[in-house]
Amino acid sequence: MSKIRINRRHFVAGTSAAVVSASSISRALAQMPPLKLGVLLPTSGAQAGIGQDCQRVVDIGLGVLKDLGYPAITVINGDTETNVEVARSRAEKLINDGAQILIGAFDSGQSTAIAQVAEQKGIPYVINIAAAPPITEQGYKFVFRNFPTAPMILGDAFANQLEIFKAVGMSPKTAVMLHVNDTFGTAMQGGIGAVMPKFDMPYKIVETIAYDPTARDLSVEISKAKAANAEVLLVVSRLNDAILLTREMVKQRWTPQAVLSMGPGWYEDQYLKTLGKLSDGPLGFVPWYDPNKKVSKELVSLMGKKFPEVTMNTNHVYTFEAMMTAADAYKRAGSSDPKALADAIRTTNITNNVATGPGIQFNAKGQNDKLKNSAIQNRDGKVVVVAPASAADAKPEYPMKDYTKR
Amino acid sequence: MKKLLIDGVPGHGWLMLAVTTALLLAAPLFVNDYLITVLILIFYFAYAGQAWNIMMGFAGQLSLGHALYVGLGAYAAAGLYVHFGVGPWIGMGAAIIISGVVAVILGYLAFRFGVGGVYFAILTIAFAEFARIGFDHIKFLGASSGLFLPVKQYVSNDLWSLRGKPVMFYYLMLVLMLVALGICRMLLRSRLGYYWRAIREDEQAAQSLGIDVFRCKMYAVVISAAMTSVAGVFFAFYYNNLFPEQVFHISRSIEIILGPIIGGIGTLVGPIVGAFVLTIFSEGMTELLEVFKLTSPGAKQVFYGIALLVVILLMPHGIWPPIARALGLAEKSGEGKPTDEKP
Amino acid sequence: MPLETYINVIIGGVLTGLVYGLMALGLSIIFGVVRIVNFAHGEMMTIAMYVAVVAFSQFHLDPLLMMVPIAAALFALGYVMQAGLINPFINRPEHSQFILLVAVALIMVNLLLIIFGPDAQSVQTSYSLDSYEIAGVIIDATKAYTGAAAVVLSAALFAFFQMSRTGQSIRACADNYTGALVVGLNVKHLYALTFGIGAACVGAAGSMLVLLIDVTPALGPGYTLLAFIIVITGGLGSMPGALLGGVLIGVTEAMAGLLFTPSAKSMFSFALLVIVLLFRPQGILGKATR
Repeated sequence: MSKIRINRRHFVAGTSAAVVSASSISRALAQMPPLKLGVLLPTSGAQAGIGQDCQRVVDIGLGVLKDLGYPAITVINGDTETNVEVARSRAEKLINDGAQILIGAFDSGQSTAIAQVAEQKGIPYVINIAAAPPITEQGYKFVFRNFPTAPMILGDAFANQLEIFKAVGMSPKTAVMLHVNDTFGTAMQGGIGAVMPKFDMPYKIVETIAYDPTARDLSVEISKAKAANAEVLLVVSRLNDAILLTREMVKQRWTPQAVLSMGPGWYEDQYLKTLGKLSDGPLGFVPWYDPNKKVSKELVSLMGKKFPEVTMNTNHVYTFEAMMTAADAYKRAGSSDPKALADAIRTTNITNNVATGPGIQFNAKGQNDKLKNSAIQNRDGKVVVVAPASAADAKPEYPMKDYTKR
Repeated sequence: MKKLLIDGVPGHGWLMLAVTTALLLAAPLFVNDYLITVLILIFYFAYAGQAWNIMMGFAGQLSLGHALYVGLGAYAAAGLYVHFGVGPWIGMGAAIIISGVVAVILGYLAFRFGVGGVYFAILTIAFAEFARIGFDHIKFLGASSGLFLPVKQYVSNDLWSLRGKPVMFYYLMLVLMLVALGICRMLLRSRLGYYWRAIREDEQAAQSLGIDVFRCKMYAVVISAAMTSVAGVFFAFYYNNLFPEQVFHISRSIEIILGPIIGGIGTLVGPIVGAFVLTIFSEGMTELLEVFKLTSPGAKQVFYGIALLVVILLMPHGIWPPIARALGLAEKSGEGKPTDEKP
Repeated sequence: MPLETYINVIIGGVLTGLVYGLMALGLSIIFGVVRIVNFAHGEMMTIAMYVAVVAFSQFHLDPLLMMVPIAAALFALGYVMQAGLINPFINRPEHSQFILLVAVALIMVNLLLIIFGPDAQSVQTSYSLDSYEIAGVIIDATKAYTGAAAVVLSAALFAFFQMSRTGQSIRACADNYTGALVVGLNVKHLYALTFGIGAACVGAAGSMLVLLIDVTPALGPGYTLLAFIIVITGGLGSMPGALLGGVLIGVTEAMAGLLFTPSAKSMFSFALLVIVLLFRPQGILGKATR
C-alpha cells in the first residue's frame, strides 16, 4: 500500500528522476522491518479516561503516518494502571518484548519512572504529555519531550490573552485564580509569579484558590471566587471539576467577563456534551493543533470518521506527534539501533506536523522549546481557534454571555 | 540473640532457605531486566509486608494506613538528600526517627484512649490521609508538584548514595528482605513476641497475667513503623520521584497488607510467599489476558479481585500454613498454626 | 467577605451533609448489627448512581422518582451479598473481612469501568441548575430537594426499626446475638435483611447524589472513606449519629474551604475524626459500651 501512495505523491511532484528515487526509497522502506513502538498509557485506574482518550489516536495515527510515507510501525501497548510502580515494570516489559522506542505516559510521575528505565536501557523515550519541568532537567540522553512545560504554557497564555484583549478592545483589571492542587495545577500556579511580570498584563490576580483534585463538591470554591469580586476567572482544572465549576457558576448566578482556562477540561467533548448551551464561552489557552496545517486536517477528518462524537484535542495531538517523532527518527536512522534512533530524534526537524508552532525539534535537553500554544473558545458546541491569528479559524467572542440568559 | 535466630529450625528448613537464597543471589546472572524489576517489587512488598505483620500478625493491631510510614521515610530521606545533600543511609536514621515519633503519637493516642479494633484501623487510615493532604501543601518538599531526586545515567553503582543500576537495588532489597525475616524471627521468639501473641489472642487475659499491654502494643507499632520507613527510603531512591497522591494513597497501604494476609498472617514466611504469589500472579495475569485478547482495561483487576476472593474463602489462614505443615516446618517453628481465631 | 457568602456556604454544607449522612447511615446500620465494616460501601453507591444514569438516559426517569426502585435493587444486592458471600465471614477476624470486601470493591470498580468506560456520566434534569434566592442568599434547588428526601427517608427507617416487628428483631440481634438465637430468631436471614437495608440506604443516597455530581467508576473509594469518617464521628451504630455526622462533616469542610484553603478541606474532617475518636471514641451519639 505505502509503495503505491508514495509513488503517486512523488509522481505529482514532477520529474521522472523523482519517481525513480522515490520508488527506490519506497523499496527500501518496504524492506525495513516494522518499528516496534511501545505505547505506555494509563488506560485503567484514576486516569483511565485520559489514557483511553490518548489511545484513540494510536490506530488512526498509524494510518496517517503510512500515508505520509513513513515506515511501518508495530504497536505494543502497555497499561500503567495509573501507578508509578506498574509504569516502571511495564516499561521494562515492553523493552524486553522488543520495543525500540517508547512513548507515553500522560502523567509526570509515571513518565519519570519510565524515563529512568529508558535511560538505563538506552532506549529512546518520547513523552507525549507531562508538564512537570524537572523531567527534562536531569541530563537524560534518551528522553525527549514534545510538550510544553508549565512556564511555556503560561507564557503563551499571557501573550494570547493580550492579543485577544487588543482585538476586542476590552481588558479586565482584576482576576481571581482557581487551580486544582495536583502536579499540573501547582506547577502552573508556581510559574505565574515568574512568568506574569514579563508580560504587561492589564489585570492583577486578587486571590488564588487551590482545591482538592478529588473534590466532590465545588460550591464553596465558587462562593469564594465570586466573593473575591474579580472581573475574570483564571482557572487550571481537569475535566470533571470544569463541569462542576460551570454548574456552580450557573447555580450561584455568577458570570465573569471571561473564563480563561490554562489547562484541560473546558474544551473537552464531555464538557461540551454535558453542558450543552452552558459550555459556550470559556477561552482555553492550551497546547492545540493548528487547524490550517495539512496533517491536522487529515487527522481531524479521520478522527471524525472513526469517533464521530469525539473532537480532536490535546491528548490526540501530542500522542500522535510522539508517534510521528518515532516514525520520523526510524526513517532517517534507517535502522532500529537505539543509539542511532536517539541520535535521529535529537536532530528531528518535522515541519508538517499538527501542533501550533514551527514544528517538532528538540534542544540539547531533549525538550521541544519551540512549541507554541493556541487560544481556543467553545462556540455553539464547537471548539474554534481564536489566537494566535496566524493559526486561528475564528475571532474571539468577549465578554461571554451571561449564564442565566441562555 | 543467636539462640533466638537459629534454634528450632529443622535441617531441611535451612536447606530450603539456603537454596532459595542462592537462587535469588544468582538470579541476576540469568534472568532479564524485566524480571529483575518484578523481583525488586516482590522484595519490596515482602519486606514491607513483614514489617506490617509485626503489628497485625504478632500483636493483633490492624493498621490500614502503613503507606504513612513508607511516605514519611521516603520524604525524610529524599528531602535531606535533595536540599542538604545528606546521603540516604543517614537519611534512613532520620526516616526511622520521624516515623517512630509519629507512630508513638498515633499509638499513644489510640491505646491511652482505648481505641481498638475497627476504630484503630480507621484511625490509621485517617492519619495516612491526613498526611497525604498535608504533604500536598508542603512547598519545601515539592507539595503536589512532586519531589524529584537528581538522576544520571550510571556506569557504576554508588552504594553510599544509592545511585546506581537496578541490580544494586535488587541485592539491597534482597538483603533487606532476609534481614527482616531474621529480625522478625528473633522478635517472635523473644519475650516480647510471646507477650504480643498473648495480647493478640486475648488482651484482657494478657493484662491480668501482668503483661504491660500498653507498652507492648507501643513497641509493636513503633518497631513496625520504623521498619516500614526503611522501605520508604528505598522507594524514594529507586523511583526517584515522590508525589503525596502516590505514596500516601490508601491503595498503597492495601498493596502492602495483601501479601501477608494472603501468604499467612502471623507467620514468618507468609509475607514473603504472599508477595511472590501476588506479584507474579498480577504480572502473569497481564500476559495471560493479552494472549486471550481480553485487554479491556479493568479486566485484569477483576480477575485479581476474584482470585483474592477465592483465596480468602478457601484458605482463611493464607497460603503458607498448609504448605509449612506439608513440608514439616510447622511443629517446631509454629509456622503452620492457625493464629487468627476471633476470641 | 459578605455575610451572605457565609450563610450560603453553611446551608450548602448542611444539605449535602444530609445526603452524605444517609449514605453513611447504611454503613452504620450494617456495622451496628452485623459487626462488619463494609469496605465496598462507596462502590455500591457508585453502582446505584450508574443505575440512575441508565434509567434517566434510556427511559427519562427522574432519579428522585427512581430512588425507591433503586433502593430496592440495592437491597436485593445487599441481601444476596450478605447471605451468599459475607455470612461465612461473620466470625472471621477483621483483616479477613477487610480483604473480602476490598476484593468485592475491586471487582465492582473495574466491572463498572469495563461496562461504562472511564468518562464521567451525568443526569441533567429540568431543575438541575435551578436555585432559589431568598434575601441575597442563594440556595441550590437540587440540594434542597435531596436534603429533604434524605431526612424523610431516615425518619422512615428510624420508624421501621422502632416500630415494626422485623425492625425490633434486628435490634434484638444487634443487642444480644446469643439471646436472639435462643429465642429462635433466624439470625442469618435478619443479618442479610440488615445488610440489604444498609445497601438500600446507599442506593437511595446514590440516586440523589447523581443529581449533584457526575459519576465515574473511580468514585467509590473516596465515598467509602467519607462514610467511615461520618459514621465514626457521629457514632458507629447510631442512626441519628450518622445524620449528625454527615451534617457536621459537610459544614466543617465547607467552612474550612471558605476560611482556609479548599484544597485542604478534607484534612479538617480527618482532624475532626481524630479529635472525636480520642475524646469520645464511641462517637458523638454512640453508645458508651462497645
